Amino acid sequence: MTNPIEIHKHRHLKYLRTEILPTAFCSGCGCGTILNIFVNVIDEMGIDPNDIIAVTGIGCSSWIPSPYLAVDTLHTTHGRAIAFATGVKVMKPEKHVVVIAGDGDLSGIGGNHLIHAARRNIDLKVFLVNNFIYGMTGGQVSPTTPKETKTTTTPYGNSEQPFKITELVAAAGANYAARWTTYHIFKLKKAMKESIEKKGFSFIEIISQCPTSYGRKIGQKEGIDQLNHFKANSIDIKNKEKYSEEDLENKIVVGKFVERNRREFVDGLREINKKLAVSN
Amino acid sequence: MNNKEYLKDFAGKTLFVQGDEAAAYGALFAGCNFFAGYPITPASEVAELMAKELPKVGGFYIQMEDEIASMGAIVGAAWTGGKTMTATSGPGFSLMQENIGYACMTETPCVIVDVQRSGPSTGQATKGAQGDMMQARWGTHGDHEIIALCPNSIQESFDLMVEAFNLSEKFRSPVIFLTDGEIGHIREKLVIPELKDIFIQPRRISESKVDIFGGERIPPMIEFGQGHKIHVTGSTHKSNGMRDVSSQNVHDVLIRRIYEKIELNRDIIVKYETHFTDDMDYLVISYGASARPSLGAVHSLRKQGKKIGMLRLITIWPFADKITRELCKKVKKVFVPEMNLGQIAREVERFTSNPVIKISKIGGVSHTINEISEEIISNI
Ligand SMILES: Cc1ncc(C[n+]2csc(CCOP(=O)(O)OP(=O)(O)O)c2C)c(N)n1
Ligand code: SF4
Repeated sequence: MTNPIEIHKHRHLKYLRTEILPTAFCSGCGCGTILNIFVNVIDEMGIDPNDIIAVTGIGCSSWIPSPYLAVDTLHTTHGRAIAFATGVKVMKPEKHVVVIAGDGDLSGIGGNHLIHAARRNIDLKVFLVNNFIYGMTGGQVSPTTPKETKTTTTPYGNSEQPFKITELVAAAGANYAARWTTYHIFKLKKAMKESIEKKGFSFIEIISQCPTSYGRKIGQKEGIDQLNHFKANSIDIKNKEKYSEEDLENKIVVGKFVERNRREFVDGLREINKKLAVSN
Repeated sequence: MNNKEYLKDFAGKTLFVQGDEAAAYGALFAGCNFFAGYPITPASEVAELMAKELPKVGGFYIQMEDEIASMGAIVGAAWTGGKTMTATSGPGFSLMQENIGYACMTETPCVIVDVQRSGPSTGQATKGAQGDMMQARWGTHGDHEIIALCPNSIQESFDLMVEAFNLSEKFRSPVIFLTDGEIGHIREKLVIPELKDIFIQPRRISESKVDIFGGERIPPMIEFGQGHKIHVTGSTHKSNGMRDVSSQNVHDVLIRRIYEKIELNRDIIVKYETHFTDDMDYLVISYGASARPSLGAVHSLRKQGKKIGMLRLITIWPFADKITRELCKKVKKVFVPEMNLGQIAREVERFTSNPVIKISKIGGVSHTINEISEEIISNI
């Protein structure tokens, strides 16, 4: 049989490691959508893939760039992508250093790196894929799992309060922070472009569906069920004021949370070096 | 002002500095241009000197949020062309272990300084010790080899730091600079060599992206951002870097090669020093700070006519197996003074059937010459 990819020579295939397609993502998973949007973004922005360095952690979401995206890729340990990416960016500030990983990875085990990178305002593009669960390991509770949800490790319901990650990153000092969902593909695409254009720590929380380890457990069996849920429950940040805090608990506030122009971290380091070179 | 010009000012000079500072100077002369770390006694002086000097040579110092991040950052920077290092002590060294394993698996050259202090846990934070000898060897999970060096003077702190960087490049491996709080904090004379007298092992860079994780026992490296679209992962991978976690054979080939590139080059890597070993009945084996009173004891016992010899280990890992086996054969008993409860004594036992007597001292105070010689006298 001829490989269907051979027949359908899509113009975006040049951005992918085609030899390992199809992806390992479950059917209905949001990871494929995010990969698709990101590839559209680099294509439309005319970014040379040789100018992108992707850094990822461990989890299904980390597989979005690694191994599928054909760019230099550092697939690191669980939660530490931002730490590794910091070294990458300091040495090669001219490159787009992109981190894509899950909510458990970036806000659970790696939460400290996330807020510190935002505070430093280092020019990383961080796309946190929030599927509300530890997907790869089979559906354990995550710092983002909604209250009362039953997961494999909260069999009686989750008694913890979930993180508001975008708000956290905005407060920590990022130059750009937004939240969108895999339902809002065009708005997400626009946000990705903005985040790449913005110098400094740029962060997008992408609410995504994981039918296998999460959707099935909460009565949203198919990927489409979760997408419909995102559609029905998203509130634009511009309309946020109309709702009480209680009403917002079960809603997804989407939009741009912050955009500013604080000095970028590596620029700061390089300025010091320049000054010393002159004074010596 | 470039790197070399700034260093020229120091070359040939005699300084009076601490071991930590000598190690930092060694790193600068070895071409280190990226340091990521987190403060901890007794290693902070390495970071402080690097923070001051690195920007002057066009390099970068960054203080991370913890040691896990520090270790991650130096690996990231190594893949973008950096010669990188971090410095810590026991608690931080513990935190680094997962990412040290990542550096082993991805064959990333970098140097980790561990200025050992008394543990476990916070222990005696300001006191020197040699309790991380085995952690340096086995701290991260899975089969792997590691290179670890133990300086016992200020001059050697400089020289071995250059060597540490060279070995990390030559073998594409993390190298542990395993010093201790004693050597880290004492002050001695340091003569900085002339630039022409310092050998720098260049990084071997591959022309093509193929086989940077196989093909040869020590494959060449690559730098991100050169258009190779290379894939680097801590998961089991094929020689082109692509993940393959299901084939027994791929894992076997990869891990054995990473193991063998150090194991089969032991003779090139291992450094040691011997004293009075031509004619001896008893042997003292020591390293780092405890090698100093050990050698003092050997000298004093020789004066008393006792036939004692000494082996000072400079490379700890891979272990100096051949010389240890050979020298142990010549004697009746072996003594191992160290500032732990016998970590290297136990390793020595693997190479001899003669009695190996531990001369352990813990509690943050180094052995005195008398303590060691009395212990030896009472056992011969
Ligand atoms: C240090 C460490 N702890 C635990 C794991 C096991 N582990 C692998 S992926 C994962 C969670 C993945 O969840 P998330 O980051 O949300 O990504 P997802 O799979 O949902 O995309 C865990 C806990 C690991 N690999 N390393
Ligand atoms: S387990 Fe969930 S996140 Fe992972 S691939 Fe399947 S659907 Fe996607």
